[in-house]
Amino acid sequence: MLDTKNLERGDLASPTPTNISRRGFLLATAGVTAGALVLSVGLPAAPARAQQAGMAPGTRVPAFLEIRPDNTIRFLSPFNEGGQGIFTAMAQIVGEELDADPAAFLVENAPAGEDYKVMGAPFGRVTGGSMSVRSSFDVMRRLGALARQMLLQAAASRLEVPLGELATEPGQVVHAASGRKVSYGDLSETAMDLPVPDPDSVTLKKQEDFSWIGKPVARLDVRDKSTGRAVYAIDVKVDGMLHAAVQHAPRLGLTAGHIRNEDTVRGMTGVHSVHTLDGAVAVVAERWWNAKRAVEALQVEWSDPGAQGTDKRYMPADFSTAAFRERLANEPGEGKVAEEEGDAASVLQKAENVVEATYFSQFLHHAQLEPPSTVARFNDDGTLDIWLPNQAPEQFQANIAKVAGIEAAKVNVHSPILGGFFGRHFLYPEANPYPQAIKLARDVGRPVKVIWSREEEFLRDPMRPMAAVRMRASLDEQGMPQALDIVSACEGPTEAVFGHNPDKVDPTAVEGLTGKAYAIPNRRISQIYVKNHTTIAYWRSVGNSMNDFLYEAFLDELADKGNIDPLELRMRLLKGNQRLSTLLQHVVDLSGGWKRGPFDAEDGTKRARGIAMASPFGSHTAAIAEVSIREGQVVVHDIWESIDPGSIVNPAIIGAQINSAAALGTSQALLEDTVYEKGEPQARNYDLYPILRPDQMPRVHVGIVESGEKMGGIGEPGLPAVPPAITNAVSHLTGKRVRSMPLSKLTFDA
Amino acid sequence: MIVQDAKGSRHATTTSRPDFQIIAKTLDQAKHEELAMELTINDTSYEVQSDGETPLLWVIRDELGLTGTKFGCGLAQCGACSVLVDGVVTRSCVTPLASVVGGRITTIEAIEEDEIGKRVVEAWVDHQVPQCGYCQSGQVMAATSLLKENANPNDDEIAAAMTNLCRCGTYNAISAAIRDLAGETKEG
Repeated sequence: MLDTKNLERGDLASPTPTNISRRGFLLATAGVTAGALVLSVGLPAAPARAQQAGMAPGTRVPAFLEIRPDNTIRFLSPFNEGGQGIFTAMAQIVGEELDADPAAFLVENAPAGEDYKVMGAPFGRVTGGSMSVRSSFDVMRRLGALARQMLLQAAASRLEVPLGELATEPGQVVHAASGRKVSYGDLSETAMDLPVPDPDSVTLKKQEDFSWIGKPVARLDVRDKSTGRAVYAIDVKVDGMLHAAVQHAPRLGLTAGHIRNEDTVRGMTGVHSVHTLDGAVAVVAERWWNAKRAVEALQVEWSDPGAQGTDKRYMPADFSTAAFRERLANEPGEGKVAEEEGDAASVLQKAENVVEATYFSQFLHHAQLEPPSTVARFNDDGTLDIWLPNQAPEQFQANIAKVAGIEAAKVNVHSPILGGFFGRHFLYPEANPYPQAIKLARDVGRPVKVIWSREEEFLRDPMRPMAAVRMRASLDEQGMPQALDIVSACEGPTEAVFGHNPDKVDPTAVEGLTGKAYAIPNRRISQIYVKNHTTIAYWRSVGNSMNDFLYEAFLDELADKGNIDPLELRMRLLKGNQRLSTLLQHVVDLSGGWKRGPFDAEDGTKRARGIAMASPFGSHTAAIAEVSIREGQVVVHDIWESIDPGSIVNPAIIGAQINSAAALGTSQALLEDTVYEKGEPQARNYDLYPILRPDQMPRVHVGIVESGEKMGGIGEPGLPAVPPAITNAVSHLTGKRVRSMPLSKLTFDA
Repeated sequence: MIVQDAKGSRHATTTSRPDFQIIAKTLDQAKHEELAMELTINDTSYEVQSDGETPLLWVIRDELGLTGTKFGCGLAQCGACSVLVDGVVTRSCVTPLASVVGGRITTIEAIEEDEIGKRVVEAWVDHQVPQCGYCQSGQVMAATSLLKENANPNDDEIAAAMTNLCRCGTYNAISAAIRDLAGETKEG
């Protein structure tokens, strides 16, 4: 039961708050009622103790672990939790070598700091690229083992016995000879003051001895997320905080001029002040609803200085996605080579049986459910505390310091769990609210929380790129592909965010067109760079999210042209590739055997199945989709998907991630398309930018193949094979070749 | 020069309206008035200062500090803001404060005080439903409302009632959890 007393207690009284998502039982012990804001004073996140110079990232044990007297283990994760299950995976990995039950862990995202750059160059630390577990697996295991060693040392002193006589059981050190046991919680105080041992001095467990790695351990955050206790950036509250809402310029590059009704708006209920920002106006108010209502009432004269010839993007008043698509399709040139094998050009020139087609991908929104927000608070000591959803704390810290004009060391970045991300929360020019929050907090002299309404978010959300891809291939007399020439006109997300290098192909523009395992002897894959007016971003599975659709759909077109069954064609092209042949067979078996159709289902619908593969982020996937047509629109009934990530940490989380990726892949294939006309997006909310609804969700059947190869990613790899599996099924069922998404823009008869 | 009235632009680009009924009881009286209104949330009475047109969501989140109920779209599209009003699921982002004065409001913070809500939470844990979790407060409220109305929903009834969006795609886990609860009721 809630009462106001508890609410007050939940408010922040502390001068140095740390925002923490805790689990239920800790809330109970802290005396904070569920629903009150969970903000703790927090023990020093980083490391007052055991300071040792020159330690490699991921080895300074006290910077990561705090074992409390009640034997709960607070772990500061280098990676942020946004639904992919990383906090649980980290607890499994560290707990395995520490010898502690993952269920005893309380995991939070670590602050910015050198200790947490555990991925090594060039990334240091980002939550992205499906890299968290695979990039840090050994480092995090070693960290757990080092902590265990320190606890053993502390126990040896405490019990006055040689270390060699000690062993551990989950959560405690055991001296078998005397029958004595000491809990980690009792030893922690002493243990964490010891110097961290040489990382090479500890031995890691053998795989066959694992207790938690490889097991379907329950997620640590599920109860908090089912009861409203989980705290996201948008929920953070600090003392004396004001709320701000913004109205962005309708087009990038415009600046706010005169506000016609500023005085009237200043007099509206709850309004504190009206502000002009870079490309936006803002209202600060005591409550966000008042700020939103007031900012939307502002009549702003936006001035259009035209393109400034700088790095900043400018959206012209006549821009439309339809025209841009045409431009990409007709962009002259052969592109810069990304992958080449044999001599595709001359084989194609001499070939008799040539297949040619242009395929398209569309702009997409991230559409994560939590709208972007930032809380900024300048402190009396010259430091800045800032809470914001982010996938890269050190990168944000550096940029925030620049924007605020203070040293990076004075910026305390707090990174609450993410209400979905899918690539949304990297540093993107024009697309993060923190510069607004910093300016407003400074101008009003109080902490400020900026929240972007859904409409303002869809106006500034950077998008998954659009590409037009010209495909040409030749078939030999048996119908097998002999040469493949692919030219993609596209701006990749990496060059869009970090700058285009005219001498290089952006690998994230072409991944999924490149790196395919099929034995086509002559290949030329290239990119023509075409700069966008829109902002461009990483989107779950990045280039693969579109390119595996483009490639695998064309491959089915080749199969049909060569009169070879599409499964048979893939099997032939993978001949001798044991790993992928096994995977392909695995998904076929999972689906009860290959049955392309069309066939009559029990419910009277006519159905067909499509198949596709992808090899993104170090993992490999194969998917089969079953579809029918209802009232001219595609229904996806089932998706069978098998993944080979090499080796695994949590099969239950893999199952959930394949479901999740299949949902997003289905959503892209069926529904999603960001359309601009006259320089403005036509959809500003979910009503006109529909995302997959529950009644559109296919059943998902997951297969896991643990080949024992090098560990690959999990969060993204499930997506890319799904759209082409769907469209290949639709092409076969309807006889109408699908070369673009979403399918909702096409009409089918069946 | 381009003059844009942001509100006008919203109307131009966002045409659909909420597809459920808003309970309108005392809206007219309370309109624009800054009078303290009494609101019953989770069996506790609160005097609130927000004006009567303020969406219930923002009263709950900003004025009362109950942040378990989420803002997702502001247009009754996603359902992240779902609460129970007199036991019926309601999208609080488009529900004016004045329309729920006198009603009995339940938010996610008190869901485990409700017998059915408690079982829904346990089913969510058993099925490991949440991923990012942001929509799950609303999903749990919607499931609780469904089971209050219909203790034994079939698949079509589950599909008709559970319309909240989830960008992580936890839909199959959600329906499996609810099917389990319906099964329980059958046996019990």
